[in-house]
Amino acid sequence: MSIGFVTAAYVVAAILFILALGGLSNMEKAKRAIWYGIIGMALAVTATIGTPGVGAYWLIALMIAIGGVGGWFVANKVQMTQMPELVAGFHSLVGLAAVFIGVNADLEMHAAIAAKQAGTVDQLAGFAATIAHKSAVELSILKVELFLGILIGAITFTGSIVAYGKLAGKLSSAALTLPFRHQINLAAFVLCFALGWLYLSGAGLWTMLLVAVVSGAIGWHLIMAIGGADMPVVVSMLNSYSGWAAAAIGFTLGNDLLIVTGALVGSSGAILSYIMCKGMNRSFVSVILGGWGGETQSAAAVEGEMIAIDADGVASALMDADSVIIVPGYGMAVAQAQNAVSELTRKLRDKGKRVRFAIHPVAGRLPGHMNVLLAEAKVPYDIVLEMDEINDDFPSTDVVIVIGANDIVNPAAQDDPGSPIAGMPVLEVWKARTVFVSKRGRGTGYSGIENPLFFKDNTRMFYGDAKASLDQLLPLIQ
Amino acid sequence: MIVGTPKEVAAGEARVAMTPDSAGLLQKLGYECIIQAGAGEAAGFSDAAYKAAGVTVIKTAADLWKKADVVAKVRQPEKAELKHLRKGLTLISFFNPAGNAEGMEAAKAAGANVIAMEMVPRISRAQKMDALSSMANIAGYRAVIEAGNNFGRFFTGQVTAAGKVPPAKVLVVGAGVAGLAAIGTSTSLGAITYAFDVRPEVAEQVESMGAQFVYLDFEEEQQDGAATGGYASVSSPEFREAQLAKFRELAPDMDIVITTALIPNREAPELWTEDMVKAMKPGSVIVDLAAEKGGNCKLTVKDEKIVTDNGVTIVGYTDFPSRMAAQASSLYANNIRHMMTDLTPGKDGKLVHDMEDDVIRGSTVTFDGEITFPPPPPKVAAIAAKPKKKEVQETPEEKAAREAAELKRSLNQTAIMLAVGGVLCLLVGTVAPQSFMQHFIVFVLSVFVGFHVIWGVAHALHTPLMAITNAISSIIIVGALLQVGSSGLTVVILAALSILMASVNIFGGFLVTRRMLAMFQRS
Repeated sequence: MSIGFVTAAYVVAAILFILALGGLSNMEKAKRAIWYGIIGMALAVTATIGTPGVGAYWLIALMIAIGGVGGWFVANKVQMTQMPELVAGFHSLVGLAAVFIGVNADLEMHAAIAAKQAGTVDQLAGFAATIAHKSAVELSILKVELFLGILIGAITFTGSIVAYGKLAGKLSSAALTLPFRHQINLAAFVLCFALGWLYLSGAGLWTMLLVAVVSGAIGWHLIMAIGGADMPVVVSMLNSYSGWAAAAIGFTLGNDLLIVTGALVGSSGAILSYIMCKGMNRSFVSVILGGWGGETQSAAAVEGEMIAIDADGVASALMDADSVIIVPGYGMAVAQAQNAVSELTRKLRDKGKRVRFAIHPVAGRLPGHMNVLLAEAKVPYDIVLEMDEINDDFPSTDVVIVIGANDIVNPAAQDDPGSPIAGMPVLEVWKARTVFVSKRGRGTGYSGIENPLFFKDNTRMFYGDAKASLDQLLPLIQ
Repeated sequence: MIVGTPKEVAAGEARVAMTPDSAGLLQKLGYECIIQAGAGEAAGFSDAAYKAAGVTVIKTAADLWKKADVVAKVRQPEKAELKHLRKGLTLISFFNPAGNAEGMEAAKAAGANVIAMEMVPRISRAQKMDALSSMANIAGYRAVIEAGNNFGRFFTGQVTAAGKVPPAKVLVVGAGVAGLAAIGTSTSLGAITYAFDVRPEVAEQVESMGAQFVYLDFEEEQQDGAATGGYASVSSPEFREAQLAKFRELAPDMDIVITTALIPNREAPELWTEDMVKAMKPGSVIVDLAAEKGGNCKLTVKDEKIVTDNGVTIVGYTDFPSRMAAQASSLYANNIRHMMTDLTPGKDGKLVHDMEDDVIRGSTVTFDGEITFPPPPPKVAAIAAKPKKKEVQETPEEKAAREAAELKRSLNQTAIMLAVGGVLCLLVGTVAPQSFMQHFIVFVLSVFVGFHVIWGVAHALHTPLMAITNAISSIIIVGALLQVGSSGLTVVILAALSILMASVNIFGGFLVTRRMLAMFQRS
């Protein structure tokens, strides 16, 4: 294939990627849009393999085959509740690949320069050949890009691994707060940039390897300092980083397709992080600097008592209700209660009741996580609504069931300026006639903040594991 | 322990404090139940029904009082009944402690513990034992039925072949429990219903039941109902005047007026004056639920129905709950049963009179030879919702000005960002070579396209979005493909590993996205 043809294939692939992302604007289009992405990727890979100068085809085929089988295996085995871990794990692969390719670029560059001095440029193949034709300024820019690629790639790699560990429960989800942690991070960054400067001034590959190690440590430490409830932001941020890493590598290799795709992914992750932060009314910086959650705050004390209720009580209230809104949270995913919730929804809808779901932007551990879980349990997506769509409907609702959610339904966010979550947009469930809260025990949630909702006159606590409670409730709805 | 219910001795009282149903539930709490023969007869519960529910039927009242450890009854005990009180006996009943010093002295002297059902605090936890509310509910319902009984026309409007019938107009004064019940009954019978209350915060409840709230043109800071335990308080003379003027205006139009206005421990306020009665059409009906405390209408005669000279019927019955004895008994018996549940924390038939408990302390009037009335104020604040703070309405000009200011601010921000971004780009351009700038243009444009495309993505699809961007970001494989043909061994190994990792990601990412999207089903 000629270079011109390859470039044309890249253009088509880039457009297909844009269409794939744009298609996610609604569920029906999305099912087609995914094929745009797949075709785009196939086209890009085939065209690249066909580029003059690429060799080692058997190796490529072998690696793609092994990787493909691995990916296929993971994708089919994963539980929907494990999506956050899976996404985080995948990000780490992209990060590591970016580091490897960056290091390779340096090696090739040296090979090219050596060849130039020896006058054997013509014998070079592939990437090294392109580098050999670069001017001195272009080479320094290449070094900057390479440095950025390795830096971001390494942060993404270790950060994603930590995020994976926390989400999969293999690491404690509590925030690790070392003394002087901001100073440590700052010092590490300064060190990285100093090494980068050395590299630009002609120091060897060791500086880049060191950068990879130090920035890897930064990634590890940054994410370790962020609590479990902030993981949606972290995962979207890492998503963004993996995009920027790809774009940086694209600059290094002078490949526009990488740049376009990296920029798309990078901005996608950035927007998701922004939406998540807005959902918690916190600034991006405060989330990333971490250390939040688990601290005891001097919020206003809550008066009153929590009133418990048993399955019979919930069932009779549901039988009397005309409109029901279910608010799921991460607790539903933990208890694997989504199928029981779906069954409850089906039973209530069969009785002619209006059942809807209210999804807070930061419910779950991944943006949109709840929607996927409910979809898996066969809850029709047109009754699953966003916070802004449903928040005004609570006053006219008979029964609200909160399953495994806490901070996202905390009225203190609106009433108590002293609360750590003051100003965070919340689902106004307490305006409904009756609120049932399915919760494991009396403790506070992830953030450790007392929730005045539980003490309201129209709130009843339905204690117990969400799945067990619902299984108890289901036979009572006839 | 044994719970017993004697036959009510007050004349005309048909209610009974224990029903076969409630007895069954009391037995579940571990109590033995006894009842005096014929106690439930007037309410429609035969002795046989009690026996079938496992209740022992006792012939005489004296025997019953002797055997029982807990006596539950409806009416305030009369003198003869007070003689049966003894040490260790618990009496649960209406007791009217504020006007029954004699009864309390007797109970104190006898050493009996008395729980007065009207003293149950008005907090949400105690609603299930709030007998005043359950009786008021019945009174409100029955008041409308009684009015209908004395009213010669339909409630609902009809258009028949024989001609058009206008709907009846009903005014309910006082939207407490009885008032709300009356409103509900009246609207469901089809009458046009108006309601008034001195507490403006109940307007919402009234309107939610389908009645119109009558607003006064009166500016006064009304005392918050929540501060007085959810009850109405005395209003100022000016307010009263405004209120009466409004009623005077309404009187000629109303077919049925139901007054329920009571202020705790006071004579009922006069709200429906003689001239209003005169202004009403012949055939109209007034039901005065405040007759017990002197009536909201001065013409009302307690326990009687009268017809005025201009043909207005005024009903002054005070025994509405007793007139619906079956319903009233089952609700009251349930109130008693809930009280017993709270008194029996162990569910073992052992009564524990816990004076630390707000509800039990509040309703106990004598305990262990002491008079414990009046109780200390309850610790928990009352139920009534605070009136909504009126949202500050902004005028159209203010709104326009605010929006203009916001727009200006955001435009300014955009301008500043564009300026900063532009300058940065130019700076990069001054040092960077041509080849870099070409890629840079592509990069900047892609970021813009990315932002626009991603904002359009449905929130519900954010997880699939992450999975698909994940797969797409593995486009980094292209870089590795370009390097794998190199002559250096290290380069080949690293590139091959990168290809491996990226392909895991590509296949995994796309497949899992497909799996997720396939799950989204429309109903």
